[in-house]
Amino acid sequence: MDSLAGKKPAVVWALNISVLALVLLWLFPTMGLFVSSFRTSEQITSSGWWASLFPAEQTLQLRALDPDDFRIETSAGVFVVEGNINEPDADLLEITTWGTSSRAPSAFAAGETSDLGDGETMTLSEDGSYIWQGNDDQISGRGQRLFVVATVPPEFTTDNYKNILFSPTNSENMAKAFFNTLTVVIPSTIIPILIAAFAAYALAWMDFPGRALLVAAVVGLLVVPLQLALIPLLQLHNAIGIGKGYLGVWMAHTGFGLPLAIYLLRNYMVGLPRDIIENARVDGATEFQIFTKIILPLSFPALASFAIFQFLWTWNDLLVALVFLIDSSGNTTVMTKQIVELLGTRGGDWEVLATSAFISIAVPLAVFFMMQRYLVRGLLAGSVK
Amino acid sequence: MHPALLGVITIVIGVSGCVGYFYGANLLLDKVIFPAKGPNMGQNINRREMIRPWIFLFPAMLGLGLYLAYPVFATLRLSFLERGAGDVYTFVGFKNYVQMFAEDKFMEALRNNILWLVVVPAASTAFGLLTAQLTDRLRWGNFAKSVVFMPMAISFVGAAVIFKLIYEARPEDVAQIGVLNHLYLTFGGDAPQQWLTIPFWNNFFLMAVLIWIQTGFAMVILSAALRGIPEETIEAAVIDGANPFQIFFKIKVPQIMSTIVVVWTTITIATLKVFDIVFAMTNGQWETQVLANYMYTKMFVARDWGMGSASAMIIMLLVMPILVWNVYNARKEMR
Repeated sequence: MDSLAGKKPAVVWALNISVLALVLLWLFPTMGLFVSSFRTSEQITSSGWWASLFPAEQTLQLRALDPDDFRIETSAGVFVVEGNINEPDADLLEITTWGTSSRAPSAFAAGETSDLGDGETMTLSEDGSYIWQGNDDQISGRGQRLFVVATVPPEFTTDNYKNILFSPTNSENMAKAFFNTLTVVIPSTIIPILIAAFAAYALAWMDFPGRALLVAAVVGLLVVPLQLALIPLLQLHNAIGIGKGYLGVWMAHTGFGLPLAIYLLRNYMVGLPRDIIENARVDGATEFQIFTKIILPLSFPALASFAIFQFLWTWNDLLVALVFLIDSSGNTTVMTKQIVELLGTRGGDWEVLATSAFISIAVPLAVFFMMQRYLVRGLLAGSVK
Repeated sequence: MHPALLGVITIVIGVSGCVGYFYGANLLLDKVIFPAKGPNMGQNINRREMIRPWIFLFPAMLGLGLYLAYPVFATLRLSFLERGAGDVYTFVGFKNYVQMFAEDKFMEALRNNILWLVVVPAASTAFGLLTAQLTDRLRWGNFAKSVVFMPMAISFVGAAVIFKLIYEARPEDVAQIGVLNHLYLTFGGDAPQQWLTIPFWNNFFLMAVLIWIQTGFAMVILSAALRGIPEETIEAAVIDGANPFQIFFKIKVPQIMSTIVVVWTTITIATLKVFDIVFAMTNGQWETQVLANYMYTKMFVARDWGMGSASAMIIMLLVMPILVWNVYNARKEMR
């Protein structure tokens, strides 16, 4: 608003800040999933994802090496276990405070020596090395527990993606589901475009009785909930022998996509200049030639808009796939179904869930950012005026 | 056969079948049935131009008729039938409906759906309008719009996972990884809450998902409408000394009212059909049932096709006013 901007700096600031707040609010949920998919399961459960972006103070529970294997008798009756808590993992923890009981993880500063009673001592230095000393009895059994408050740098890993997509032993089936989804989506996007384009041309530029009625019917069918179609069509598919499978889901998506396709394309084609079409008619072009040589190339933006809609809708669909595609064998499962299943069976394993979900939303997001212009144009044309 | 190969073959058959049909049928019409020569040339040309539209329309009409129009009537019929042993259907009149309305779970679904219908379109449209207005003249407005629009590309199921992470609750003595519980405890809450299991309020936690998705849609359409407002009307208001709020509510909003109604009704329809979010997040437990999920449960879990169809008809009935209104407007526009 001109009346706002340029007048009072305070108002401009308030405007910028409130938009920034809105943007962050809208981005935050997706960021959570994205960041979590690059964290290990221990990281995810030990702190919120927002904390992982900064070096963080964390309390870690560790154990000294097993005395039975590693203790050394330095002098008669004095046993020592020496090691470094950073040893097994390469990441260097910078220790600030530590303790030997969960009640007081900050009892000692790095480098101090803790008296564990009866002459048993533990010393932990800043770099993670420790000396655990005591008599035969004390330095035995399991390694001494250590509670360490350390500064951990942000750390991310792509292991989750490797495991879920490429590990042959995983049970999530996401790689297979990815290709199944692709198999569902591509024919379901291309075929309705062709069918609808011809119909839209007839409804836009051919004169015949009943045209207005048909346009009205298309507008009406635009809002018919597809819930109504489930049972009758499943019966139909069973009756003609298709059953559950790819053919059925392709046909269903084609049918359900047609009203929007016809509506979008017709609205666009009606707006094409009348002169071009009439000149072509006068020059003796047949309707078929006019359609393929003039209308189709000119309608590219509308075709692209619908293609994106249909792509997003079929890729993201769950209901149609559940009803028409996925049989009890589970070989034809799609990603959305897999994720719902994971929500049920692996509800707490956020590294699996976040990674799987992000794999499934990455493709539509990429399409969205590349083709946003066409999507917006399609939305503007598609909302019933 | 490998499904990907099957997919490629289907694309080839489907596309070449479509092209072949349209090309062949036109050729047949032009050259064989009504050729533009001979004694009846004039009459032939007239006739074939009468038939051609139907050649263009036929596949689409078949698709629409079979996949959308026929099921409406088939579902209506099924809703009056009861499936007995051996797939024998008997006519039972309104029994399915009566039984359904007597069921607590159905009444809960109906109540929740009405709540959804009140809250989601209103909130999405309001947020959309707010974002559209705030970003209108902002230098980085397009970037902001992209971000708010982005959830449109995310599936309901993906969004369900995203929001489940937000609502996640951990035991009290360990770090909270769900941001809502983290904030709740930071601002004085006593114990972490299982947000999705708190009856009544959990509906709003589910609605947040749909609002998050639909706001972008509302914003895009309303933003275009705001741009379309004639500058003079705003300038005149500024000269008359109207403050920004008056300009927005008294000059801008009335001018884009018809667009607001369109956005509202479109989101209403999307809300009415909401299935995936509830299915993935609570599956109707803890009093969060909605009609579409109730219907799915009846049809494919309880296998009661009569009651499933009856509940589908309730959804259709709720869509009906919008359908009629859309058709009425479309006809008015064509005249």
